[in-house]
Amino acid sequence: MSTTMLGMPQRRGAVPTAPAGVGHLRGEESFPDAARHALSDTQLRANLGNATRTIRAKRARVVAELPDWEALREAGRQLKVHTMAHLPDYLVQLEQQVTARGGVVHWARDAAEANAIVTELVRATGSDEVVKIKSMATQETGLNEALEAAGIAAFETDLAELIVQLGHDKPSHILVPAIHRNRAEIREIFLREMGDVDPDLTDEPAVLAGAARLHLRRKFLSAKVAISGANFAVAETGTLGVVESEGNGRMCLTLPDTLITVMGIEKLVPRMRDLEVFLQLLPRSSTGERMNPYTSMWTGVTPGDGPQAFHLVLMDNGRTAVLSDDQGRDALNCIRCSACLNVCPVYERAGGHAYGSVYPGPIGAILSPQLTGVEDNASLPYASSLCGACYDACPVKIDIPSILVHLRAEHTEARAAERRLPGAEAAAMKAASWVMADPGRWTRALRGGRLGRVLGRRRGVIGELPLPVARQWGATRDLPQPPSQTFRDWWATHHQSAAPTRPEPTPTRPEPVEGQQP
Amino acid sequence: MRIGLFITCLADALFPDVGRATVRLLERLGHEVVFPVDQTCCGQMHVNTGYQADALPMVRSFGEVFADCDAVVVPSGSCVGSVRHQHAIVARRFGDAALETQVAAAAAKTYELSELLVDVLGLTDVGAYFPHTVTYHPTCHSLRMLRVGEKPLQLLGAVEGLDLRELPDADQCCGFGGTFAIKNAETSAAMLTDKMRHVLDTGAEICTAGDSSCLMHIGGGLSRLRAGTRTVHLAQILASTREDPLIITPTAPAGPSSTVRAVGAVVEERAR
Repeated sequence: MSTTMLGMPQRRGAVPTAPAGVGHLRGEESFPDAARHALSDTQLRANLGNATRTIRAKRARVVAELPDWEALREAGRQLKVHTMAHLPDYLVQLEQQVTARGGVVHWARDAAEANAIVTELVRATGSDEVVKIKSMATQETGLNEALEAAGIAAFETDLAELIVQLGHDKPSHILVPAIHRNRAEIREIFLREMGDVDPDLTDEPAVLAGAARLHLRRKFLSAKVAISGANFAVAETGTLGVVESEGNGRMCLTLPDTLITVMGIEKLVPRMRDLEVFLQLLPRSSTGERMNPYTSMWTGVTPGDGPQAFHLVLMDNGRTAVLSDDQGRDALNCIRCSACLNVCPVYERAGGHAYGSVYPGPIGAILSPQLTGVEDNASLPYASSLCGACYDACPVKIDIPSILVHLRAEHTEARAAERRLPGAEAAAMKAASWVMADPGRWTRALRGGRLGRVLGRRRGVIGELPLPVARQWGATRDLPQPPSQTFRDWWATHHQSAAPTRPEPTPTRPEPVEGQQP
Repeated sequence: MRIGLFITCLADALFPDVGRATVRLLERLGHEVVFPVDQTCCGQMHVNTGYQADALPMVRSFGEVFADCDAVVVPSGSCVGSVRHQHAIVARRFGDAALETQVAAAAAKTYELSELLVDVLGLTDVGAYFPHTVTYHPTCHSLRMLRVGEKPLQLLGAVEGLDLRELPDADQCCGFGGTFAIKNAETSAAMLTDKMRHVLDTGAEICTAGDSSCLMHIGGGLSRLRAGTRTVHLAQILASTREDPLIITPTAPAGPSSTVRAVGAVVEERAR
């Protein structure tokens, strides 16, 4: 256990990021390399395409029903911005309220500390197994592996997390961790991994759910310890909240003797009434439902009812570093709805594993690099065409494209700071800037039709660039025929000489399109 | 109205016909078009790739170059997005208060072509004639940064002879994304494939849009597949009239385009 100072950080660089070597915030490959495998996996492409298309349509339908949707989004955004601006005060208030109601609050600077705290707490109960409610925070810290190393078995009880756990797999979506699996694959996993399963199991969803229910019920009834995350924590009352669809969470929250909740420090809301906004925004954005099926809230310990020991682990793990960046800190406002994943054309094709972190998709592309430091996830800010669909879908209006662009700048500036000689891309960009900063140089470059050559003369290193660029572009796309005349040359020769207000004379013959296609 | 044309670096170099069409169209509508020759690029490629400091000279020059114009027209939604949203970001990061003021003033009078025609000039029927089947791809930045909405469709709907086909999943990105198309070429290609499938499903001869960059991407893919459908910028369709129609010429023969060969030649030369 430790205590952490959580004041609003003032300077960049001095604030620790999430440490390497623990948890799941860093991938082993860059995004383009990891995406390559996913793109050629036809089953994955089909599963993801079907699933995201279905959720997208559901979300669009229920969002369109609300005349005040935009006002709700704005309210959600402002509540989050306010909370982040006063986070230290609200965290202390939360600690006071939880403690006053019989809970015990623990502070974890990072994933390793969070895992150690939870492991110690479970050990102290004498239990060697725990049931788990779906939780992003404990996926982030790699808690299951840490518990396993300590001889404690952790059983995921969320259906999708169960599928992932039984399949020795990794989650690929925030809300639907097994979105990359179809029902035939789930049947195979159950038959292979669920010791007590009916061998005549079919792949009908109701049958699969029934098998999981039977398998899990035994765990619910025997487990002495449950571990959860939290969707929300209310500072004014010390109330924690979990939002789920299956009821497994409520079993975990009510049956065991001990409940341990691991929560990122950004999950706070100031007042109970603030939940009115988020409990409208979240289900419509995430599952496309009007109302969430199981919304469980608990406040400390109630004698004779539910868990008699409650521990709350408040974890930083790089969040203070995110908070210290005024251009990027809105990433902390995320309520983990996954709407940005479901609308993202890159996520839909590359899948969640390509992001390497438990936080995939557009939100992952801005959150993971900030939690770890951008150089540890340097390819993620580029894993976006900046189409902006994520920003439109976000229920708390996180301007993801702008933060992506900001993080790209952070990356190139970090690279420039550590290198004496610029890389090929940096040199090319500098050379292009040098040419484009001066109309004369630009005109000469265009007229020569050899922009690359002009750039090359300036820096002498550009030769590296055009070939990969041409190769990457040319693999699937033709380039247009270069025109015989640039626009500015046409203007100078044909237009400028004519009186500017007079319509251009009709050409003697119809002009062919020098269009976008050779 | 004295309208400044910001041609964009891409159209200046590779798609001059888009600029010529924009000029022809606005002059036909009775406006004075000026082309300040000191313009170069909006800096979007630099900003979006992470080189904001290198974009600063372009951001600085944009406002100076168009200081005398009542309005600035750009035949590119994403370059207008860059002027409206990114110039302020760059000015805040590296510039000064004076530059912030300057970029705000420039952004306020800079319009994408369909915005200028519909919002500023109050037109939907520009007297165009284009007897072809056409589908319209609403490029992401036009759609989501500028919110041009139905304006391009209103303009196309009023074009005589034009048979407008609705594009399925129109709001999905084509996968261009500037340097994204290079850095994540394979994901970009997967996105492009779906876009091309939807374009071909419409049965249209022509796919149009308000951005030469996205059209270069979609058109480059269609050309590679010898799909028989091509891309034409919105400005070229709106500039086409009965008296001066846009004639669709046959596509070039197979093989790497001369631009690829030109790039290859540069590489060869540098490698020696």
